[in-house]
Amino acid sequence: MAKLVAMVGGGLATLTPVAAGVWMSLDPLRRKSAAATFLPIADVSSVPDDGMPRQFPVIADRTDAWTGFAAEPIGAVYLRREAGSDTVQAFTATCPHAGCFIELDQRDRCFRCPCHNSSFTLDGGIVSPSPSPRAMDTLECEVRDGRVSVKWENFYSGIEAKEARP
Amino acid sequence: MSSASGPRTGSEPGRRGGPLKKLADFFDDRTGYRAFVHEALYERVPGGARWRYVWGSTLVFAFITQVITGLVLWSSYSASAQTAWESVYYIQHEMAGGWLVRGLHHVMAQAMVVLLALHLMQVVIDGAYRAPREVNFWLGLILMKLVLGMALTGYLLPWDQKGYWATRVATNLAGLVPMIGPSLQQLVVGGPDYGHHTLTRFFALHAGFLPGTLIGFLVIHLILFRKHGLCAKQPLKKPDSMFWPDQVLKDVVAMLAVLAVVMGVILLPAVRAMVEGRPIVPGELGAELGAPADPSQPYAAARPEWYFLFLFQFLKVFEGWGANGEFLGAIVVPGAVLGMMFLMPLIGRWNLGHRFNVLFTFAILVGAGLLTGIALQEDYAALWADREAYADAEQLIEETQNDPEKIATALGNDETRLAEFQAKAHELEAIRRSEAFLSAVQQAEFDAHRAVELAGRPERIPPGGALELIRNDPLSQGPRLFAQHCASCHAHVDPTLEEAPAMLAASSAANLYGFGSAEWARGLLDPEAVVGPAYFGNTAHADGDMVSYVTDDMTDADTWSDEQIEAVVLALAAEAAVVSDESADVEGVDADRLEQGRALLADEERCGSCHHAGENETEIGYAPDLAGWGNREWLIGIISDPNHERFYPETNDRMPSFGVAEEGGVPALSAAEVGLLADWLRGDWYRGE
Ligand code: FES
Repeated sequence: MAKLVAMVGGGLATLTPVAAGVWMSLDPLRRKSAAATFLPIADVSSVPDDGMPRQFPVIADRTDAWTGFAAEPIGAVYLRREAGSDTVQAFTATCPHAGCFIELDQRDRCFRCPCHNSSFTLDGGIVSPSPSPRAMDTLECEVRDGRVSVKWENFYSGIEAKEARP
Repeated sequence: MSSASGPRTGSEPGRRGGPLKKLADFFDDRTGYRAFVHEALYERVPGGARWRYVWGSTLVFAFITQVITGLVLWSSYSASAQTAWESVYYIQHEMAGGWLVRGLHHVMAQAMVVLLALHLMQVVIDGAYRAPREVNFWLGLILMKLVLGMALTGYLLPWDQKGYWATRVATNLAGLVPMIGPSLQQLVVGGPDYGHHTLTRFFALHAGFLPGTLIGFLVIHLILFRKHGLCAKQPLKKPDSMFWPDQVLKDVVAMLAVLAVVMGVILLPAVRAMVEGRPIVPGELGAELGAPADPSQPYAAARPEWYFLFLFQFLKVFEGWGANGEFLGAIVVPGAVLGMMFLMPLIGRWNLGHRFNVLFTFAILVGAGLLTGIALQEDYAALWADREAYADAEQLIEETQNDPEKIATALGNDETRLAEFQAKAHELEAIRRSEAFLSAVQQAEFDAHRAVELAGRPERIPPGGALELIRNDPLSQGPRLFAQHCASCHAHVDPTLEEAPAMLAASSAANLYGFGSAEWARGLLDPEAVVGPAYFGNTAHADGDMVSYVTDDMTDADTWSDEQIEAVVLALAAEAAVVSDESADVEGVDADRLEQGRALLADEERCGSCHHAGENETEIGYAPDLAGWGNREWLIGIISDPNHERFYPETNDRMPSFGVAEEGGVPALSAAEVGLLADWLRGDWYRGE
């Protein structure tokens, strides 16, 4: 009996700080990323209309835990226009394989990820064989009054389906 | 040291049992853990388990709690001058359970100091420091120093005003050590100034070096404790028993009691809030967080944590001895006391020596208790002082401006009355000091609360840190700037308050409380108020045209009906559009009346005969411009330069141009400061929910 009481009591005493610690440690799970919104990126005229993509920074207000950053680069997109077309295509620069930053290879006219050498065609298509399970992630794109806006989203990497992170 | 009387649980040949037992056997075969556990648990306790042996165990428990909560806090803490306060704010006010973890860490640290004192007392009283346990006693003293070191370094980490100023004092004292003092201080502080490296170094000490060393010493302490066995208090009253479960049970009860007290301290405000029907704000439970450290703001509420208060008070004994005195009080005497404690095992060899040791320990604890009491009494004296009893002395000091000769004359050169007065004046001074401390505490609480409110804005904290928020906050800076630059002439007091008349009478310029509001404008146009001290009564404008216009022309109901005056009031308030004034909300006001008021203001037969207002042709220069009267830009203009033609180019009564630099100099107030003052006067600041 005494043994049981001592064990339960001792467990209770130690578990209290442990429980409090676990509670606090799980806090990140309550945090949500900012809702996906359309962000102005550039003028249509600054997107070359020869099918060659061009890289643009994504500028937005950003919150990092307690700090609020106003109008900061938070990522990058590639914008592209087919020759003679007014429709703009937008890709996120984040690799669908494991999230590295995809670079544009001007000489070979393709996208290339430096981490595990996934290659993509200029319109984002997958070049097999490829470590990446899917093509480059396109972003919703809107052109209004000559300005390009892009719906900025993050996607889960490493899986075949393109699924936006909540 | 293992005993044969305990039930053996070790492995036996021919083992049977379930898979769990098999697994246990597997490990026991390879580690021999059962024998180890057995040895740890089945220690003989001579004379049976006792409550007086629990203190060491509670200390270990407290330390484990600190390690657990400390590691979790570590995972969310950021040690730099721009992020320390901010990350602690985030832990305390935004993270789930952050208040509880931080509260446990903070309150358990204090419990640890108390438990240390109890453990030490028990060891000394029982003579447990005597041979062969001397070394273990010394280890205990080292452990005590380490715990106090962790308390001292932990106090700084939130980088709030409280911790910052207390640490400045502590590190300055370290600078008093002869020869190496200044270098020592600079090493501890991480450079010539307090900043990033002070935090990183204190954090490394607090969470790395000190606890690491502590664990090392603690292990040896415990091994030696086991080696020598428990030092039983004679005479033994009961038969021997086993550490497990008899003593452990008592230890566990004590641990739970410690935990209950700690949780009680954390949750008490919540219970109080519940009883009073206030909402419970988790961020306000547990450890408090002051306003962010600001080397440019005085912090008269600076005090060390309560368990160091006796040292703080002890230092006052040496006041007036100069740096030598401080060195004596802060380093030599405490060092000597500690040295004395190290000698206890040697002194204790004699029977009389042991008595001396017990007495010495008691004297130190009682002395520390007394000093703590005195420190508290000095700080809080004003709370229970009968202020009325000192009214006459206070008045006399004021009337004579504390000139001893005048005081003597006033008291008829009567020795006894003089002595009586001096005693009273002395006490009065102490009360005033206490009042200053209490109001500083109140200010500190206000600042802390405001800092948290600002940090919670949707825009969050700027990358430069929370101090920027406070430095740009009209509510925080306005009153300070006003007190510094404006209050020598202007009052800023709600006229409905009891103390308002006296404050107004003492001021030589208008009361700026609610300036720009309809209420303020109403007073300006009131024949009685305008000649009072709240408006032009104590200024050169008392015989000016404005006063005579209000007292003569505007009292004639044929020229100025009440309704017209009220329309003007509304029009003025609409110009100012003061945030804190709801009647200035133009949308809420009858548009026709507003129009009427504006027309009256501009009317060249009325206000407009002197004032430029609206579209009228009156030239500015004779009377203040009423276009935009009281709005932000107008206020900034008049504070910066009242002599400007828009305001009082000819008739300015002593008001300095705060925003205009004298030749080759800088203005008394920067543009940002003038803006803060204007915003504060207009009640334009961030308001939380
Ligand atoms: S992350 Fe791009 S290829 Fe692996």
